Amino acid sequence: MRVLESAVVKKAAGSLATLVGVAIFVFFMLRAIPGDAISASLGTEAAGLTEVQRKSLEEYYGLDQSLASQFFSWVGNLFQGNLGFSVRAQQSVLDLTAAALPVTFQLAVFAIILALAIGVPVGMLAASRVGKPRDVIGQALSLIGLSVPAFLLATTLLTFLAVNLGFNPNGLGYKTFFEDPVVNLQQMLLPSLVLGFGISAPIIRTTRAAVLDVSGQDFVRTAKAKGVSTRRLQFKHILRNALIPIVTMTGLQFGYLLGGAVVVEQIFSLPGVGRQVLTGIQQKEYALVQSTVLVIAAAFVIVNLLTDLLYRAIDPRVRAE
Amino acid sequence: MTQLNRQSASPIKALALASAAAMVLVGCAAADEEQETVAPTASETQEPAAVGGNMVVGITVDPDTIFPWKATQFQAFRMLENVYDTLTAFDADLNVVPGLAESWEISADGTSITFDLRDGVTFADGSSFGSEDVKYSYEAIQDEENAAVARSTLGGVTSIETPDADTVVLNLATADVGLLANLTSVNLAIVSSDDTEESLSTATNGTGPFVLESRTAGQNVVLARNSSYWGNPTPLDTLEFRVLPDEAAIAAAMSAGNVQMAVFSDPITARTVSGGVTVNTTPQLSYHALMLNARNGSMTSTDVRLAISCAIDRQSVLDTALLGEGEVTGPITSPAFKSDPNARPCPERDLAKSAEYLAASGNAGGLEIDAIVAQDLYAGAVDIAQAVAAQLAEANITLNLEVLESGTYIDRWIAGDFETAIALNGGRPDPDGMYGRYFPSTGNLNQVSGYSSDSMDKLFADGKVEGDPAARKAIYDAVSKELEDNAVWVWLFSGYTYTATSDTITGFTPMTTGSWQYLRTTGLQ
Repeated sequence: MRVLESAVVKKAAGSLATLVGVAIFVFFMLRAIPGDAISASLGTEAAGLTEVQRKSLEEYYGLDQSLASQFFSWVGNLFQGNLGFSVRAQQSVLDLTAAALPVTFQLAVFAIILALAIGVPVGMLAASRVGKPRDVIGQALSLIGLSVPAFLLATTLLTFLAVNLGFNPNGLGYKTFFEDPVVNLQQMLLPSLVLGFGISAPIIRTTRAAVLDVSGQDFVRTAKAKGVSTRRLQFKHILRNALIPIVTMTGLQFGYLLGGAVVVEQIFSLPGVGRQVLTGIQQKEYALVQSTVLVIAAAFVIVNLLTDLLYRAIDPRVRAE
Repeated sequence: MTQLNRQSASPIKALALASAAAMVLVGCAAADEEQETVAPTASETQEPAAVGGNMVVGITVDPDTIFPWKATQFQAFRMLENVYDTLTAFDADLNVVPGLAESWEISADGTSITFDLRDGVTFADGSSFGSEDVKYSYEAIQDEENAAVARSTLGGVTSIETPDADTVVLNLATADVGLLANLTSVNLAIVSSDDTEESLSTATNGTGPFVLESRTAGQNVVLARNSSYWGNPTPLDTLEFRVLPDEAAIAAAMSAGNVQMAVFSDPITARTVSGGVTVNTTPQLSYHALMLNARNGSMTSTDVRLAISCAIDRQSVLDTALLGEGEVTGPITSPAFKSDPNARPCPERDLAKSAEYLAASGNAGGLEIDAIVAQDLYAGAVDIAQAVAAQLAEANITLNLEVLESGTYIDRWIAGDFETAIALNGGRPDPDGMYGRYFPSTGNLNQVSGYSSDSMDKLFADGKVEGDPAARKAIYDAVSKELEDNAVWVWLFSGYTYTATSDTITGFTPMTTGSWQYLRTTGLQ
């Protein structure tokens, strides 16, 4: 038990260090980008500003403080649960993120479920007859999943269904699950399919490789020799032992999805964190971008931490270590 | 006049292009939409709209402010002009017509304008509108501390008098014929003297046909009918500006009937909209230009600038870069003062004459110049730059393109830190409003324009005070001639916008200014 606690503490410390690094990096990288909220808002109109007008706007956007002052003010506010304020939306970043994160989380969960539902069975089938048609089809499917860009698949699906079937729930304006569960699920359907199909590709490959690796091990041969049924062998012995790389890959993909599937959120008009960050970058809304990125980083770190803990649950060898 | 602040331009241009291509593949079968080019017509000629209904307008990004004096973003501007009123307004033909001022009188010397305000006007909160509100609004806009966008428009106003509740007098340092047209901007909206920027940043309180009902960041802005509006009540119960961040998504939403109106910048996307939809192609006052900074590098030579101007075939650039979707233009695009696009030293591309000018400048062996281009500020910039560069190469002029992220481009543009710049600049109905900040030596954008002269200063001073329309047209023709004869910039062409409207919509008139003011007369059948 003490070993577990120590490992968790170490992981948590590493995660905290990662978040501090992300905070510093994002803060300074954002300000290294040319332009600021004034030029993003006014465009070339900013050329006509007098000195007094510019100073007034710098004060309005909080740009009149030194970098160090801005940084420590931001960090200080973070510790008080204040992620900053979006001048554009006239709302706190906390409120905006609290509205956007569940959208992205729901999308990520649906996409991962779909990806696993496609990826694991196809990967197992492919590995069960190497070089045979089912393997070729499985590998071709994964190649297509990796090769077809999400924006192309998304736009094609969206336009085809809207034009030919008049089906476009995403054009209705976003509804949360609690506002309208039917519309919400319809709105999540196409983006989850697009993302799930793309993510299923690495899962197919990982599953296939892991299953092949485990299938060649001595204990599988022994089990076969003892007359264990194929189904039991596949699921109880091979898949269970092949789960670690699949879980790792799934955790990674889930973490990326929480970072916002920007393109898919954009095309399907889902107000998730990816779109929030993109809009913030376009508008040079420093508080919005840096705080949202930090929230995303924290989500990624937590998912990684949970993935590590999951290893212990599914593999006794990790527990033993 | 200034470069357009296009928030709607896709941040991922490649994505947009590929999306459009994908849409063409799947959407071309449904090409039953109607496509027509229209000159704006007076809304009175359209069928009366039915009363009631909720209309949805698709936009790619939500308005970045609801405070009218600081609005520059397209979406914010277009939404707010339906919530706030100005003293004067434009009709569909860009004639100045009464707004909150029912009539006005200009003194004989032009230095005083007396406005008679409408009776019975109230703000959305129920408070009455009067001359104090006009004085309060204009003085606040003039105050540098408030950083109002249109402060320079009121630069010539020396004092504002309010003899009674219904009368406002603007006293000017010198006559300003263009002022009435310039007062139409929602950046000069009249707000209640009880309101502040802080209060108007979270809620609207205008005298316009709509009031803000709700605003959800990244999702929508909903306006509701202002029941106390002084004019004809708007037919719509609510008007929703729904954020669908990609033009392809808007086209799909229109095809599925979720959205009744949208403006597209990309003609290919606009044409994929199917169902009962009409797409109106509207010429714009904005124009594409190759700006030449006459105070920088080899651009200081008039001969070099003329060599560049003579080497460019505008129509060919338009055909190559924007698939011919636009019209070649001269400097002034204001309808009543429009420049003759062929009135320039080389009406057609003339490589021999270009070579002569190049030799006269001492660069017979060729010339290398730099151009800044924004890759993500508006669609087509890089394509235009490449087409221009290819043509200049045939004239022995090498155009080195610096393709920049919009922030860097804007910083360099503002500082005048460029030799040449590919630009999309906004036009205005009045030429003084369009160029009065650029070419007079005292203009606040003169460092960007890179050119001034005594004769230009005099022409703009004369144009500001000349009340006779014919004489004023002659003055701005002279401005246009000086700009072209000196190849101050290379004016290329004006583009179109594509307004898609569902056939259930009545009463909407697209305008060359890009204004959506006729949403106030729009209804659903």
